[in-house]
Amino acid sequence: MSTATLPPKKTNRIGLEVLSYKGGKTTLCAGCGHNSISERIIECFYEMGVEPWSVAKFSGIGCSSKSPAYFLNLAHGFNAVHGRAPSVATGAIMANRNLFAITVSGDGDTASIGIGQFIHMLRRNVRQIYIIEDNGVYGLTKGQFSATADLGSKLKTGVVNELPPIDCCVEAIQLGATLVARSFSGDKRQLQAILKTAIAHQGLSVIDVISPCVTFNDHEGSTKSYSYMKEHDEPLHELDFVPSYEDIAVEIEEGEVREIEMHGGGRLRLKKLGRDYDPTDKMNALRVLDEAEHQGHVVTGILYLNTGKPHLAELLNLVDEPLATLPEARVRPPREALDQMMEELR
Amino acid sequence: MSTTEVSPAAALPGETHQPVINDFTIQVATINGSGSQTANSVLMRALFQMGIPVSGKNLFPSNIAGLPTWFTIRASQHGYVGRKKEIDFLVAMNPETAQEDVLKLEPGAAVVYDEPLKLNALRSDLQFYPVPFDKLVGPVCPEARLRKLVRNMIYDGVVAHLLGIELEEIRKALLKQFGARKAKAAELNWGAVVAGRDFAATNLAKTARFAVQRMNGTAGKIIIDGNAATALGCLFAGVTVVSWYPITPSSSLVESLIGYLKRFRIDQETGKATFAVLQAEDELASIGMVLGAGWAGARAMTATSGPGISLMAEFSGLGYYAEIPAVIVNVQRVGPSTGLPTRTMQGDILSTAVLSHGDTKHPMLFPSSPRECFGMAIQAFDLAERFQTPVFVMSDLDLGMNNWMSDPFDYPTEPIRRGKVLNAADLDRLGGFARYKDVDGDGVGYRTLPGTHHSAAAYFTRGSGHNEKAGYSEREDEYMNNMDRLARKFDTMRAHLPPPHSELNPNAHVGILCAGTSRYAAEESRDQLRREHGLETSYLRLKAYPFGKELADFIHRHERVYVIDQNRDAQLLLLMRLELDPDDIAKLRSVRYYGGLPLDARTLTDEIVRQEGF
Repeated sequence: MSTATLPPKKTNRIGLEVLSYKGGKTTLCAGCGHNSISERIIECFYEMGVEPWSVAKFSGIGCSSKSPAYFLNLAHGFNAVHGRAPSVATGAIMANRNLFAITVSGDGDTASIGIGQFIHMLRRNVRQIYIIEDNGVYGLTKGQFSATADLGSKLKTGVVNELPPIDCCVEAIQLGATLVARSFSGDKRQLQAILKTAIAHQGLSVIDVISPCVTFNDHEGSTKSYSYMKEHDEPLHELDFVPSYEDIAVEIEEGEVREIEMHGGGRLRLKKLGRDYDPTDKMNALRVLDEAEHQGHVVTGILYLNTGKPHLAELLNLVDEPLATLPEARVRPPREALDQMMEELR
Repeated sequence: MSTTEVSPAAALPGETHQPVINDFTIQVATINGSGSQTANSVLMRALFQMGIPVSGKNLFPSNIAGLPTWFTIRASQHGYVGRKKEIDFLVAMNPETAQEDVLKLEPGAAVVYDEPLKLNALRSDLQFYPVPFDKLVGPVCPEARLRKLVRNMIYDGVVAHLLGIELEEIRKALLKQFGARKAKAAELNWGAVVAGRDFAATNLAKTARFAVQRMNGTAGKIIIDGNAATALGCLFAGVTVVSWYPITPSSSLVESLIGYLKRFRIDQETGKATFAVLQAEDELASIGMVLGAGWAGARAMTATSGPGISLMAEFSGLGYYAEIPAVIVNVQRVGPSTGLPTRTMQGDILSTAVLSHGDTKHPMLFPSSPRECFGMAIQAFDLAERFQTPVFVMSDLDLGMNNWMSDPFDYPTEPIRRGKVLNAADLDRLGGFARYKDVDGDGVGYRTLPGTHHSAAAYFTRGSGHNEKAGYSEREDEYMNNMDRLARKFDTMRAHLPPPHSELNPNAHVGILCAGTSRYAAEESRDQLRREHGLETSYLRLKAYPFGKELADFIHRHERVYVIDQNRDAQLLLLMRLELDPDDIAKLRSVRYYGGLPLDARTLTDEIVRQEGF
C-alpha cells in the first residue's frame, strides 16, 4: 500500500483540485434540479480556475437559497433575508469591487417577495452572476404557486394557476442586465457553457434555470416538470465557451457559428440551430420570448448579451482597490480639512 | 402711507421703560416656498455676529409651496437655546395665519405686519408696526418675478431698525449667505434690506420693549445644523459606503455628506472616489446594502426616520444575529405612521431598542448637539466594528434640521479601529478560527472579510440558527449558548458607550433625567425651578443605551427622578424600567411632551411644579 505510487492528482490552471470547489452535503430532496445546478457551478468555477476565496456567495430564503452552502466552501457566503439578496450583494460589491459575486435565488425569492430588489439590481448592472433556480413553487412551505408559475399550470392538489407569470428574463433584458440566459437544470452542456460565459462577463448575468421540484411540482399538468421541459425545451443555439487559456483555432463554416469576445477573456461560440439567433439584438430577444410564450415553448440559451455597458463599480468611479480595506490616510481627511470646514461655518 | 397707524405710542399697561436686552423671541410667519428662509437665516446670523447667543427653529409644513410656515429666532444673553413658547416679536407676512398668530401673543408683544392685513384692529395691548411691503419692493426689485423672493428681505431691514441690529452685520450675513458667486442676488436683496430700514426709520416709532446690544457670547463659535454635523462625523470616521432612501428629516444629512465626500474624498492621483453612495429603491434595500458592505469590511451607513426604521426591522435583526457592523442614523420625526413628517419627536426610542422580531437588542447613541452629532457619528462606527452590530444614532428633527450655535468640532484623536478582523497572516498563525466563539470573554468573536486569500478564511453568514463555527444548527444548546453570548456582548458594551453627563447637587432630593435634545428645555427648566420655586435639582443626561451603572447610581441618590420624554408613552422611562430594580423604578416620574414642536422649558417647569404640588 505505502509503496504504491498514487496517480497524480488532477488540478486546474491555478493548481487546485476540484475538491477545493466543493461545498457541504446537500439537504435538498434527491433529484432536485438545484443539486444539478450546484454541480455545474462547482465544475465551471473549477474548470475556469476562479480563485474560490475571491468568490462571495449570496442568497435569500427558500430551497434555492440553501444551495450556496453546497458549493465552494472556500468562499464566504451570506444567506440573507427573503427576497433581499440583491441589496446585500450590491453593498458587498461596493465595499469590495474585486469580489467575484454569485447569488442563487429562487422564483419566489426573486419574482414574488424580491421583485423590487431584483428589478433595481438590473438597473444598476451590478457585476455578479445571478441564478434563479426556477421551479414555479414554494418548496419549504409545501407547494404553493410562485409568481413564475405558468397560466394554467396545475398544483398536486389540483389547484390551477389563473394568473399570468412574471418572466424574469424579459424583465432582465428590458431593465439593464447585460447577460440574460435561460436554461434547464437537466441540460448539463448548455448550462455549463452559459455559466462559463457568465464567469467571463464583466457585468450582471441573470440566468433563469428551470429546475424541477421533484416533490411538489413534477407531476402531470405542471409546466415546470422534467417531462414538460424535455418536451418543450427549444434551445436557440448550441453553445460553447472557449476560455482564453484554451485558445484553439477551430474551422468554422461560414454562417454556422457566431463568436463573441468576452471582456473577462475567452470567446462565446453560438452554433446555429434552425434559426440564426443574434443575442445582441435586444428587441429580437424580447420578440422571441413573447412568441415562445404564445406557442408554449421554453426557449433556452443566451437570450441577450451586451459586453459594452459599464457595471456599477465603474459607474460609481470607485478606486481600483477595495473600499473596505483602504488605509486611514485615504479615508479620513486631514486636520486641515476640518479646520477649513469650521472656518466656513463661523 | 400709514405712519399714523402706529399704535399705541404710549407705554402699555405694566410696561417698564427699561427695554429688555438680548432676551426675546422673534417669530416670522410666512408662506412655504416664498424664500423667507434666506431672510430668516440672515437675521439669525446678524444677531450671532453681534455676539448674542441665538437659536433658530424652522416650523414648516410637509409641503413644497403654499402652506404656512413659521421661523422663530431666540436671542438669549444667558445662552438658552431651547424653544421659548412666548413670542415677543411677530413678523406677520402670511394672511392665512396672521389673525390667529396675533391673537396668541402675550400682551406687550410687538407685531410687524403687511399693512393690508390691518391687524392693528385685532387687539389694543400690542405694539403694531404696519409696513407696505408691496409698495416698498417695487422700486428695489424692477423684475416682477423676483419680487416674491426679495420682498421678505424688507422685514430684515425693519426689524434691524426696531431692535437695533447693526445694519453692517446684516450685510455681512447676507454676503455670507449668498456667497461670492451670487453677488448680484446679494445686492438685490441688500437693496430690500435698506428700503425696509429707511421706511422704518422714517415712519415707525421705535417703541418696542426689546432691544439688541452687542455682547461677547458667540466668539469662536460656528453655526451648523445637526444633520450636517453628523455628516461631517461620518466623513471623518472614514465612511466608505453610504446607501439611503430620501425621507424627511434625514435627507439633508446624506445630501450634506455627498457634498463633503465629493470635496474631500476624491483620490488626488486617480480622480476616483474612495467612497460609494447609492440611492436605494427603499429602506429595505438601503439597510441591506449597508449590511452587505459592513459584512465585506466597509464602514457603511444609512440615515432615515421612523417609517424607514420600521422597514428596516427585518434586516436589523439579521444584523444583530449575524453580527454585522452598521451605522444607522435615525433622525426622528412624529409618528405613528406618516404622522407629522416635519415635526420633531423622540418617538422611536423603544421601537429602535428592540427593532426586529425575536430577542433583538440594539445599542443607541443620543446626541444632543451638533458637536455630539459629529463625535457620536465617529463613535458609532468604532462601536459598530468593535462590537460587530448595528448601532443607531438617535437624532431628531429639531437637532437635525435646525441651525445651532456650536463650539467648533475637534479632530479625532484616536486612530480608526476596525475591530476583531483576522487577515491571512493571522490565519496562518492560528490555523483557523470559529466565527462565533467567545475567545476573549467579551462576547465578541473574530471575523474574516470575504476576499481574504486563505483557505481557512471563509465562513457562512446566516440569519438562521448557527453554532460557534457558523454552521447551520437547530440544536437547543447551541442556540442558547449563542443567544447568551449575544447578551454578554450587549452587557460588555455598557462600559464602552459614552457615559452620561451628570450634574449632582448635594442639596437636591429631586433629579431630572433626559436624553438628546430634551436637554435645552431641561437645563433652562432647572434654572426656572430654582429661581421661581427654590427647587434644587440634580441632572443626568443619558448619551447611550444600554445604560451604564451611572443611571441606577443617580436614582439611588434622589427621592424622586423626573424622566423627560418627547413622546406620549414615556418611552425613555419604559426602557429604563426594563433594566432597573423595582425600588428604583418606584422613584421615577414621567414628564412628557408630544405636540411635535421642540420642547420648551416652561412646559417642563409647569408639569414638574404640578407634580411637586407647589
